[in-house]
Amino acid sequence: MRRVVPIGPYHPLQEEPEFFKLIVEGEKVVGLEINIGYNHRGHEFISQRKTFDQVTFLVERICGICSDSHPFAYVNAVEDLAGIEIPERAKYIRTIVGELERIHSHFLWVGLAGHFIGYNTVWMWVWRYREPLLDLCELICGNRNHYAINKIGGVRRDIRKEDYPAIERVLNELEEKTLMFTNAILDDPVIRARLEGVGILTREQAIAYSVVGPTARGSGVAIDVRKDDPYAAYDLVPWDIIVFDEGDVLAKAKVRLLECLESIKIIRGCLEKMTEGEIEVRVDEIPRGEGIGRHEAPRGEVFHYVRSDGGKSPVRHKVRAPSYNNIPSNEVAVVGYSIADAALVLAAVDPCYCCTERTVIIQDGKVIGGGKELLERSWAKTRMLRERYRR
Amino acid sequence: MIKAIINFVIYPGLLFTGGIGLFLTWIDRKVTARIQWRVGPPIYQPYADFIKLLLKETFVPKGASKVAFLLAPFLGLIGVNVVSTMLFLMNFHPDLSFVGDIIVIIYLLALPPLSVIIGGASARNPLSSVGASREMTLFFGYELPFLIAVAIAVIKTGSLKIGEIIIHQKLYGPLLYSFSGVIAGLVFLIVTQAKLTFVPFDIPEAEQEIMAGPYLEYSGVALAIFKLTRAMLFFVLPVFLITILWGGMASPWSIVKFLVIVVLIVLIKNTNPRLRIDQALKFFWIGLGILSLIGLILALVGL
Repeated sequence: MRRVVPIGPYHPLQEEPEFFKLIVEGEKVVGLEINIGYNHRGHEFISQRKTFDQVTFLVERICGICSDSHPFAYVNAVEDLAGIEIPERAKYIRTIVGELERIHSHFLWVGLAGHFIGYNTVWMWVWRYREPLLDLCELICGNRNHYAINKIGGVRRDIRKEDYPAIERVLNELEEKTLMFTNAILDDPVIRARLEGVGILTREQAIAYSVVGPTARGSGVAIDVRKDDPYAAYDLVPWDIIVFDEGDVLAKAKVRLLECLESIKIIRGCLEKMTEGEIEVRVDEIPRGEGIGRHEAPRGEVFHYVRSDGGKSPVRHKVRAPSYNNIPSNEVAVVGYSIADAALVLAAVDPCYCCTERTVIIQDGKVIGGGKELLERSWAKTRMLRERYRR
Repeated sequence: MIKAIINFVIYPGLLFTGGIGLFLTWIDRKVTARIQWRVGPPIYQPYADFIKLLLKETFVPKGASKVAFLLAPFLGLIGVNVVSTMLFLMNFHPDLSFVGDIIVIIYLLALPPLSVIIGGASARNPLSSVGASREMTLFFGYELPFLIAVAIAVIKTGSLKIGEIIIHQKLYGPLLYSFSGVIAGLVFLIVTQAKLTFVPFDIPEAEQEIMAGPYLEYSGVALAIFKLTRAMLFFVLPVFLITILWGGMASPWSIVKFLVIVVLIVLIKNTNPRLRIDQALKFFWIGLGILSLIGLILALVGL
């Protein structure tokens, strides 16, 4: 007998607007329908009404967790458009903040994964050790999240010499704790029983669904923008891509945990090689043209496209966040497992809904409207309001 | 007659057991919080929660079977209440015991899971019915090792009367200090975890998967009764363990024993992830089943 078990739009699994329609037979999942589009904020549209400099801080608000990834990709795009070469110190600083963000995002996921399998102690412990990292971000950038470190042509703030020891101290502690959690998770037989062989996404499926980031690297696809198309300081310091072939949730967890160690390695390399110098170049105007910016966010590749007509704001700005690629892969990863596994598998891609949300209005399985229609409706309402208040 | 009513309603029945049970849930929450680097709630929190729930509206979902839905929580409450009254009276007055009372207690302890199954199945919610079916599977899983663990105590003492089991332990020392007794105690402790539906066996109400399962549609008084039943079970099961395996509740030491068991339960709860229902069933039937059978054989040869 087929039944539908709804996960969402409001569900204690992930406190974000998403709707997974699990089609189950008894406890076994036989199908999945994914429905997103509960949250539309019109960032691309707003960014066409801001200046190039303002957009850097606007895209930071796309997502609270990858709040460095979007500006990073955006400034990459604008610098590609205008042909700007940033000073070396700025490259290092961008890399450091980008990697700090990756570690805290991966820690966040490990904690949540613990919560999803009912292991709340892991959740609280991991988040506790994530806290010094956020304090470190505040020390460097002035904010726990929303670092506002990137600007077109460089970075907004220098990392002061007297902060180096603090960074070292936090990194040492993090390294120790990451190793502790990695060993604890790999040694615990009950955790292994829940994670191993669950939610397998094969290499072929991963390629077919174009998944990115740790989801792809857990399935044996070695893609990483930082290596494939180096930017900032990623080709100046030594580090490795972490790849596992199993494709199950355990492999994804291992990828994330070991990537934290690689990030620590990158930050140490940056601190070592960083020399004193300028942190920004003056950018007076953005010429006509188009540019592409990519950044390996904690969840995978973030892509920004910017087109300029020589004016003060972009005429087109397109954002593609990694979860938008990763979430559809659940369609195949979740089938054949139980409801209990489904909760974990759906979360294993580390979905980020604020990055992903698009508005599509679907009625009876047919698309009856998208962002354009919504904009038109919104304009119509604004016009109506104006008319009402003029009278 | 009046004495019997007082026994059931005030001491050692509803009021006493409920009060201590809610206090135990505070211990659970506080210890959990301390393990997880949190502060934890104040001591009156479970009582405040309970009273607040009593004052809330009790909502019956559309299409649910009203009688079954609203009676289910009380069924479980009555079961636990009778067990706690019987156990406590017999601990202090072994002569009140009657032949086969241990079997009566085992049957009455099946009422709380039964009430959850009835309540979940009558709620007419897909998640509730998944929870109810999980509860049923879990119940079939843990009942066999539980029965064997109790049977070990019966075989060791050669009596079906709780009073005689207690007296036997007073004369020859607690059953727990023998090979088969240790095995019975271990099996009993793990089954307690499942009977209380604590992690790793909180499968029927897995918050992240099926949003509290059978309790999903419950609110107000009915939910409060379910919570009270769970709290009372938290008190009754360790008492039952001490009564049949660890020398009875009559000595002052039993309070220390009781707290040790409660803290052990809370620790197990906080150092494990939730199992899947098929893994739990396999664990109970193969793992604990074989372990309890070994204990049974040891008890039969007198170890």
